[in-house]
This record gives sequence, structure tokens and C-alpha cells, in this order.
Amino acid sequence: MSSLYYRRRNANAVATTLCWGAAAFGLAWLVMILGALVVEGVKGLSLDVFTQNTPPPGSAGGLLNAIMGSLIMTVIGVAIGTPLGMLAGTYMAEYGRYSKLTVVIRFINDILLSAPSIVIGLFVYEVLVAQMKHFSAVAGAAALSILVIPVVLRTTEDMLLLVPGALREASSALGMPRSYMIQRVAYRAAKSGLVTGVLLAVARVSGETAPLLFTSLNNQFWSLDLNAPMASLPVVIFQFALSPYKDWQQLAWTGALLVTAMVLALSIFARALSRQRTTK
Amino acid sequence: MSDFALTGMQSGAAKTERARVLAKLSFHDAFFRRVTFSAAFTVLILLGGVILSLIEGSIPAIRAFGFGFLASQSWNPVTDNFGALPAVYGTVVTSSIAMLVAVPVGIGVAVFLTELCPHPLRRPIGMAIELLAGIPSIIYGIWGLFILAPFLQQHVQPALISIFAGAPGLSTLFAGPPYGIGMLTAGLILGVMVLPFIASISRDVFDTVPPVLKEAASGVGCTTWEVMRHVVLPYTKTGVIGGVMLGLGRALGETMAVTFVIGNAHKISGSLLAPGTTISATIANEFTEAVGDVYTSALVELGLILFIITFFVLAGARLLLLRIESKAGA
Repeated sequence: MSSLYYRRRNANAVATTLCWGAAAFGLAWLVMILGALVVEGVKGLSLDVFTQNTPPPGSAGGLLNAIMGSLIMTVIGVAIGTPLGMLAGTYMAEYGRYSKLTVVIRFINDILLSAPSIVIGLFVYEVLVAQMKHFSAVAGAAALSILVIPVVLRTTEDMLLLVPGALREASSALGMPRSYMIQRVAYRAAKSGLVTGVLLAVARVSGETAPLLFTSLNNQFWSLDLNAPMASLPVVIFQFALSPYKDWQQLAWTGALLVTAMVLALSIFARALSRQRTTK
Repeated sequence: MSDFALTGMQSGAAKTERARVLAKLSFHDAFFRRVTFSAAFTVLILLGGVILSLIEGSIPAIRAFGFGFLASQSWNPVTDNFGALPAVYGTVVTSSIAMLVAVPVGIGVAVFLTELCPHPLRRPIGMAIELLAGIPSIIYGIWGLFILAPFLQQHVQPALISIFAGAPGLSTLFAGPPYGIGMLTAGLILGVMVLPFIASISRDVFDTVPPVLKEAASGVGCTTWEVMRHVVLPYTKTGVIGGVMLGLGRALGETMAVTFVIGNAHKISGSLLAPGTTISATIANEFTEAVGDVYTSALVELGLILFIITFFVLAGARLLLLRIESKAGA
């Protein structure tokens, strides 16, 4: 056979090998990062982590106040962001499906979706922290809610668009007003998709650090005051990892393991839920 | 018909009852519509608010430095003299390194997932790659600082320095002591972080290629690689570029991972191994320590610059992706 044949065959072999290599490269990083997290994080895992507050360097302690702070701010952020995002998505899919405004909002929302989260932090700083003149959990939750909105909006719109028109026509033919049709029929048909959106938003928000650095700041002590600075897992990880103290660094690793386990579990669960829907 | 008959027979009380219910329903209808509309409008206001508040916050710095802010290399909190150039330079350099890593690998992964991977493995491997995108950025940071940086410092960077020592140009690029942390490390981590975005968007646009095109090319004897190179890639060019720009937008704004490994030095260095800084890392590191209006305002202005850059990159990416979406729909 001619040399052209061999050249083409070799080029194909080289290219496909490189593609296999690329996939192996990506998977290797995943394995290395998760492996290191488990190895380093498990060392510090004990009951103290969940029952004691963040310690001063050199003494024993846990992450209780940080875990609590993360929970509180995430819950508030999601509680504010979810309805807003869902209602906006409802408008785009149900009322303004063919309007220009929907196209504009979809575009803007896509930009908000990938905008640097630190910029959102600066925005909340300017609007809330600078006005109130102190850092607070409220500001942290507000920053998180702004990150929740685009995720929920996107999935809500996508999922409502998947609801068959025949369902809407059927309920309208029975004399149901449009708003009832949306709430009783469309939402119900898209339920698992809507839940997926919320889960993805929680996953995204619970690992966020940058917007919390100068909104909720941090707090060494147990605090439930929404009007005061509040600790959160990511910020504590940031501070402790960059500190020179070995025990703080250990706590940072353990916190990192907790955050990652939670985030990955949420996103795997969300994916499983949405796949169930599409295969049905 | 029967409705008419019924109305005729209805008593007055039933009539008012019916009118009351209908009024309630139509109120509910109008109310729900208004609420959804205002929620949608809030999204527009949010973006406007972000832009306006950043501009307002950076006014003191704009007054103090004018356009010189963009060209100045100084960063001196004591004399209140600030310039954005080192941060912008660091952002551009680390993002470029990230793209050099992520674009070929990301497209390679996408080709692997659409053409080469055995079918039962496609879903799990695709999902594993997407999990890389799910790992919070701070985790990349702590891992990069404690595991990757020491490894690069001990094994990779000394090798790079000695290999390129004699080569002109490259010797300045890989010069100086191996710190482990620095621009190269930050760029590498950023590359892995944006890899899943590029891979998953490329995979999605590869799927828009009509199978008959690929079958025709295979039918005339093209190899798998030739089908990709001469049929699939040209067909999906805009979409792939859109995905790459989306990845670039992420890389430009990524904060925590970079903050851990960049070294935070406000200077422009010819060597990729030297510590530097990026816009987002500077803000993350210094914002809470900034005393004085001008210092804070200079950091906000950095944020404004970052937002403007990412806005245009992301907008461009979305426009390109919209184009391929309408092509797939047609």
C-alpha cells in the first residue's frame, strides 16, 4: 500500500490516542483532588468538628459555628433567590414566550450566571455593607441569593418549556384561568425539573467564598445574629488554610472535605433526578 | 347552550356568588401575571444595579488617577497611589495559560466522548468530567497550595529552568527560583477548572452535526480523525469558539483558586514562575484590609474593569452559541 495510506492511518492513531489521553488527564485530576481531600480531610474528622467552635491557634476546636453559619446563609439566600428566579422563569416561559423582553432577560441572565462571583460581592458591599457600615450575615445571604437567581431562572424556564402544550390547552378548555393552569398543571408537570434547579443552586452557592469575604466576613464565635458578621465554612477554609498553624490547616482540610462531599452529593442527586424525568 | 339556560334559572344570590368567584379568579390571574413580570424585571435591574454601583464606588479612584490607573504599575497603600496594570497583566497571562491547557484538552475530551468512548462508559465519564466543574473553587485553591505547588516546586520547575536555560526568550519565561506558587501554577489550575465547560459545550455542539454528514465522510473512506477534522469541526466552529470564550470568561473572573497560588506580588515579571497577582485575587486579598476611601475605591474600580472585560467576553460567547442554536433548530 502507498505511504499516503500509512500516513493517514498514523495520523488517525496519533489523534485518537491524544483524545484518550485528554480524557485520562481530566479524570486524573478529579481522582487526585478527591483523593487528596479524603486522605487529608479524614485525618481531622472527629465529633469535635461538629460540636465545637473554631479555635484560636494551638487549641482544640471544631467547625460548628462555620457549619451553622453556612447553613443559615445558604437557607436564607436560597429562600430569597428561589421564588424570584422561579417567578421570572415562569414569566419567560408562560407569558412572555415570544416577547423581546424575554430574549433580553435570557441574555442578561446567562451573563449573570457566569459573572465573577467576587463582583457580586462588591455590589452587595456597595449596596448593603457600605450603607449599614458593618459586615453582616444578611449581606452574605443577599450575595448568595443573587447567585441563586440565574441558576433557578434558567432551569425553570427550560423545564416549563418542556411541558407539552396539550396539557395547557386541556386545562384551559376546562375553564381554568391561566394562573391556575400554571400553578396547578405546568408546575406539577415540571416538578422534578424545578427541584433540580434548586438543588443545583444550593450546590453552587454552598461552596462560594469570594462574595462572602467582604459581606458576612467571619466570626470566631457562635453567633446567630443576622445583623452581625457570621462565620461560614468556605471563608474559614480560606483563612485557616493560609495560616501558618498546622492544626488550623488540618481543620481547613476537614472543612474542605465536608463542603466538597455536600456539593458533589447535591449535584449528583440533581442530575439523577433530571435524568429520571427525561427518560420517563 | 346549557350555560345560557342555567343563567336564566339562577337566583340572584347564585349570580352574585358566581360573579364573586369570577372576580376573584381574574384578580388572581392579573396578580400572578404582574408578580412574574416584576420578578423578570428584577433580573434586568440587578444587572443595571451591579454596573451602576461599581461605577459609583470607583468614582474616587477615577477622580484621583484618571486613565493613568490602567497604565500605572505602582501599588502603594501608604502613599495612596494605585495602578491596575500588574493585576490586569496577571489576569491576562494566567487566563492565557489556562486556555492553552483547556482548549486542546477540552476539545479532545469532547471528541473522545462523542466518537471514541465505548457507549456504556459515555455517561459516567461525561459526568465525572462535569464533576470537575462542580468542585468549589476554594477546594482547587487548597489542593493547589498544599499538593500541586510543592510538587511543581520540587520536580517540574527546576527541570523547566534547566532545560530552557540556554534558549533565548524561553530562558526569561522560565527564570528565577522555583517558588512553586506563581503565574504558571495558577494558570494550570485555572485550565483544569474551565476544562469541563469547554468539554461539555463542545460535546453538545458536536451532537448537533447531522449524522448523515459524518456517515457520508466515513463512506468515502475518511478516518475518524479526518471526519472530525474536516467535517465536524468546521461545521461546529462557531459553537466551539463560543464554548472557549465561555471558559475564558470563567477563567478571567475565577478568584479563590488563584488567590491561593498566585503569590500576590504587585509587579510585572518576565518569568512565568514568578509570583504575580490578578484582579480578583487582589480584591479578595486586600478588600477587608483596605483603609481609606481611595484604596477601597481603587479595588472597586478593579472590580469594574474585571466586570467590563468578562461582560464582553461572555456576551460574545452567548451570541456565538445562540447562532449555533438557531442553526440546530433550523
